[in-house]
Amino acid sequence: MNREASQKSTGAVHMDHAHDSAVKHVTGEAVYVDDMLEPAGLLHVYFGTSDCARGNIRQLGLDEVKALPGVVAVITAQDIPGLNDISPTHTLDEEILCSGEIHFAGQPLFAVAAEDRETARRAARLAEIEVEEEPAILDVEEALARKSWVSEPQEMRRGDAAAAISAASHRLRGELRTGNQEHFYLEGQAAMAIPQEDGDMLIYSSTQHPSELQHLVAATLGLSDNAVTVEVRRMGGAFGGKETQAAQWALLAALAAHHTGRAAKIRLDRDDDMISTGKRHDFRIVYEVGFDDDGRIEGLDVELAARCGMSADLSAAICDRAMFHSDNAYYLPTARIRSYRCRTHTVSNTALRGFGGPQGMMGIERVIDAIAARLGKDPLDVRMANLYGDEGRNITPYHMEVKDNVLHELMPELAETAGYHSRRDAIDAFNHDSPVIKRGIALTPVKFGISFTTTFLNQAGALVHVYKDGSIHLNHGGTEMGQGLFIKVAQVVADAFQVSLDQVKITATTTAKVPNTSATAASSGSDMNGMAALNAVRKIQKRLIVFAAEKYGVASESIQFVDGQVLIGDTLIPFPELVNEAYLGRVSLSATGYYRTPKIWYDRKKARGRPFLYFAYGAAVSEVEIDTLTGENRIRRVDILHDAGRSLNPAIDMGQIEGGFVQGAGWLTMEELWWDDSGAIRTHSPSTYKIPVSSDVPEEFNARIWQPGKNREPTIHRSKAVGEPPLMLAISVHSAINQAIASLAPDRPLPALDAPATPERILMCIRSVTDNGGD
Amino acid sequence: MSGAIRFLLGNRLIEASDFDPQLTVLDWLRKNRHTGTKEGCAEGDCGACTVVVGDLAGDEIRYRSFNACIQLLATLDGRQLIIVEDLAQAGLHPVQQAMVDHHGSQCGFCTPGFVMSLFALYHENRPPGEQGIGRRQIDEGLAGNLCRCTGYAPIVRAARQALSVPADDHFSQAREQTVASLKQIQPTECLELEYENRSFFAPRSLDELCVLLAQHPDAVMVAGATDVGLWITKQLRVIDTLIYTANVTELQTLAIDKQSACLEIGAAVSYTDAMGALTDVYPDFRPLLARLGAVQVRNAGTIGGNIANGSPIGDMPPPLIALDARLVLRGIHGQRTLDLEEFFIEYGRQDLRPGECVEKILLPLPSAGQQFRAYKLCKRFDQDISAVCAAFALTLDKGTVASIRICYGGMAGVPARAREAESTLHGQSWTQAGLDGAMSALERDFEPISDWRASSEYRMIAAQNLLQRFFLETTRDEPVHLQAGAAT
Ligand SMILES: Cc1cc2nc3c(=O)[nH]c(=O)nc-3n(C[C@@H](O)[C@@H](O)[C@H](O)COP(=O)(O)OP(=O)(O)OC[C@H]3O[C@@H](n4cnc5c(N)ncnc54)[C@H](O)[C@@H]3O)c2cc1C
Ligand code: FES
Ligand code: FES
Repeated sequence: MNREASQKSTGAVHMDHAHDSAVKHVTGEAVYVDDMLEPAGLLHVYFGTSDCARGNIRQLGLDEVKALPGVVAVITAQDIPGLNDISPTHTLDEEILCSGEIHFAGQPLFAVAAEDRETARRAARLAEIEVEEEPAILDVEEALARKSWVSEPQEMRRGDAAAAISAASHRLRGELRTGNQEHFYLEGQAAMAIPQEDGDMLIYSSTQHPSELQHLVAATLGLSDNAVTVEVRRMGGAFGGKETQAAQWALLAALAAHHTGRAAKIRLDRDDDMISTGKRHDFRIVYEVGFDDDGRIEGLDVELAARCGMSADLSAAICDRAMFHSDNAYYLPTARIRSYRCRTHTVSNTALRGFGGPQGMMGIERVIDAIAARLGKDPLDVRMANLYGDEGRNITPYHMEVKDNVLHELMPELAETAGYHSRRDAIDAFNHDSPVIKRGIALTPVKFGISFTTTFLNQAGALVHVYKDGSIHLNHGGTEMGQGLFIKVAQVVADAFQVSLDQVKITATTTAKVPNTSATAASSGSDMNGMAALNAVRKIQKRLIVFAAEKYGVASESIQFVDGQVLIGDTLIPFPELVNEAYLGRVSLSATGYYRTPKIWYDRKKARGRPFLYFAYGAAVSEVEIDTLTGENRIRRVDILHDAGRSLNPAIDMGQIEGGFVQGAGWLTMEELWWDDSGAIRTHSPSTYKIPVSSDVPEEFNARIWQPGKNREPTIHRSKAVGEPPLMLAISVHSAINQAIASLAPDRPLPALDAPATPERILMCIRSVTDNGGD
Repeated sequence: MSGAIRFLLGNRLIEASDFDPQLTVLDWLRKNRHTGTKEGCAEGDCGACTVVVGDLAGDEIRYRSFNACIQLLATLDGRQLIIVEDLAQAGLHPVQQAMVDHHGSQCGFCTPGFVMSLFALYHENRPPGEQGIGRRQIDEGLAGNLCRCTGYAPIVRAARQALSVPADDHFSQAREQTVASLKQIQPTECLELEYENRSFFAPRSLDELCVLLAQHPDAVMVAGATDVGLWITKQLRVIDTLIYTANVTELQTLAIDKQSACLEIGAAVSYTDAMGALTDVYPDFRPLLARLGAVQVRNAGTIGGNIANGSPIGDMPPPLIALDARLVLRGIHGQRTLDLEEFFIEYGRQDLRPGECVEKILLPLPSAGQQFRAYKLCKRFDQDISAVCAAFALTLDKGTVASIRICYGGMAGVPARAREAESTLHGQSWTQAGLDGAMSALERDFEPISDWRASSEYRMIAAQNLLQRFFLETTRDEPVHLQAGAAT
């Protein structure tokens, strides 16, 4: 079988390498949790949920569930030996199984373990549940009115925004809503628990956060952390949806295994997955801005109200990140940014690629478009005029200095290569002659802060072994969800040892090898795990150098690792030979590596600090067309220029850029989640929730990595994180659609198109700005 | 009577008996440790479970993609099932190699499904030469496969590479052998499977079918299972008796009957099979058909099933009703024919008596000067269920409306004609002024509901505007709506 493609030899960094599992992906050999060989006697676990959004369980009638042949165990809140809680930030507000108070429709009430999955699913539907219903809070308006929060409102201030706005020569107010988004990882939530001796538990889970799951399993079963091992080889996509959301299901499997002594597996059906796991937060953004004749912002006041759902989950950090990105790439001389974290009786919203950043950016990009419309300017000119600049124009609303801005170079380069200005003129001409179809174009930038804003999370570990034959075993705390983290870290290791990539064995993430890890999230995977792995490699190399210097009697400075060999003075020795000699010389060939991100700090109370090590930048031009009779829309062309620093693997980074953009475009156009009046979600399957397909991607889709890119900070080989930022490049699509609508009423204020821009929203927006609206 | 099915898995002969007739191909595969085929949704919408089925067509094999998650194992009798594990032999298959070369996988979970869809495209008749396959053809071939990671661009590049050369792989090389093997396992009589107290029948003639229906009045007929499959996987329904209609010769009729000037479409003809004949007769059918489900759904799903299930949002009834199609029903006591429109009594109720099946649809050939359009509105261009589906058939006589039939889906509990609007237009001149009246008349014709697909308000405005679009399309030259396919 041709396995060469994934195994190009040395020179491992800054080069294209296929994903390490590419061949296994295309042959179907790559193993996901549900594909693993099943232990004998494996049980299958499923769960029953609440239909109502809020209430108290009067009676949980489980007799019929238990009576179904094939059912082995039924588990309720009472059967949890330890803590009944999955809250990731110790807010103790989200149960594994409901103990009485129901907080959303779809909340798990009990679990059932059966001989096969179909029986477990069938049984889970047989419960007779009596609930005393209570009125539910379903939207932000009501939550705001009742001050229903999952965590306290926050405020960020710089200068006196109110004064600046009232003194400005122009003022605007507006409101914008952005919708939820479902992760739609193709592999649904899945886990398998295998009981071990001493009551220990081994868990295989599709999770981004093995360490947290380890801890939760221990807490649930009343064990210490060292009694639980969590392993994950790969996920079939995650996007933030398996950061906290994977835990509950793995815990149900662990509980079943604990109670029966048998291995237990759970795999969610797509509909149940969409009903019972969290999504991207929907936001209501209200702004007031003051600006000068050139469109330069003088003061901005923004209020961000997020629907967090029934528990805190990660909402505090997500809403913080929305605040951190309410400036996007623009200098705000004065700003007041308020954030409300609304508690509602809906599923708890959670991390999704961008983590609040996209919502924050949508607000300010709308502000810029509105300013341009008011002043009759090209929005690109207004964007350029407001970019962060040098001294005096480089402090963020959280008082961090922006030192690495590259947008002054990157945006004009993109405008030039994409032909932005001439196409804008061509579109005006087209719109003039086209009665039904209208076009729009927009160029929007992204500036995205890299680091976990919760500072202590910015640490990572790795474990590297070199075996006697010179082959290398690599392990680190990061998880692989398709983003190419494993290949990138392997490249770093191969490059450091100067061996070919195929000598580096990539292994499953496990809490038994690297402890106390952070979630693979916040785009930080390669930054942190790459550094940790390099740290481990350097330790081993140092020992080899000391050994070789002594053995061969040369100065350690004259020892180098080159091209599969080690140059010792004038002699070249193959790497495996030196390794074997070192082994015989009793040198340890295994090391742990560790990294913590330097320089960062943040004082949340004062809303001040340097939460980010650096920023990732990019910009996109999107051209769209809309049908003014139906609101149907289509992206005609996209040009992207993205700063990945000195990319570790341009092919992998390009995948993140293209994929992130399309996921963002889906969020802002066709992806719509819809709850009915009772608080039940009605779009819980791919037949009702539409993510982009191939034909939604334009033929002309020109994504490029910005060649001069280089991280100012000493990150791993000066690369930049690339997982999340490209998603926000898709804001250009939404902006362009709004421009197309605006072409129908050039003398009116900017249309207030919300997101997602479905055909219905577009058509209704058209009617609100044209005379058609009056009926 | 035989209690077993025989099929080829790749090139190995499999004989399966004593299995639940409700078992899907996907569950069978995964239980037998063929775990390359994935479940992403279990409802036919994501393509992660895509497999290819080879069917004997004379001395050739026709390869088509299906969603294994809703395809019943029992329907594989006499066919060849090809799964992702079968593709690589001496090396990667060209479609697999192209996916690797172009970085077409990230998390890899969707990948086996894409590989299988590409494999089906690879074996499809396609234009040879350097130009290779067009973007719209690739998009249509991939519309049933979701990928959340890659943004599709690299997969489209892989498709271009793999599809730039004629098909030449170990399947085409083994064609003669496979044809011979398939010939040996072709069913010749009605298949009957029993399992616990469930049974499955696959009759071969209309008479057999009618007898079975009379014997088993509670039986559920199944053709493509693109609806029935979901009752099994999502509603966990237990169906005691399944009668598979796709092997019934008469239900596969697809021919023009000169005498009645009709295209006769057997109830079990799949969308894919019907596509050619339908678009030969009505070229304007194609844009709608090409957006109904996606390839995997069109390869399995039938027009008869779309009508029989009585959905108010099925895409076939509006155009067929606008074109004045009739429906032939058949039972043990004989045949009856009715206007398709009359079949839909009210939401959830059709004029189908116990023991009856849908035999065929009679679609009149176009009359001289007739103009026809069918439009579909939804959130996503490809593979989405219509919020509103509209079909118009118009004949003008010197600028005056000689006849017009307008039918909508998604506007009422059943697919329904807009009679008020029709009568407003009838005999009037085909002008904007006349049209405005018809657009308001639609408000008397319908009171659409609000749901997750669209609000009542949008449905009404859009329905009116689709009539406007039809007017513009019949009176102007320039395009007035977004065309299929990625724009350049
Ligand atoms: C992913 C997906 C996308 C889809 N997209 C669309 C779409 O865009 N537009 C659309 O209109 N539909 C869509 N559908 C539904 C569509 O595929 C079905 O309505 C299909 O046409 C039904 O045909 P079938 O052969 O699969 O029917 P089956 O599922 O086999 O049967 C459907 C019903 O018809 C009955 N039946 C079948 N044959 C007969 C007969 N000869 N006589 C009497 N009763 C019979 C069955 O008993 C059953 O009640 C989609 C389905 C899926 C899974
Ligand atoms: S699993 Fe999604 S289409 Fe079959
Ligand atoms: S590669 Fe992850 S869904 Fe396609």
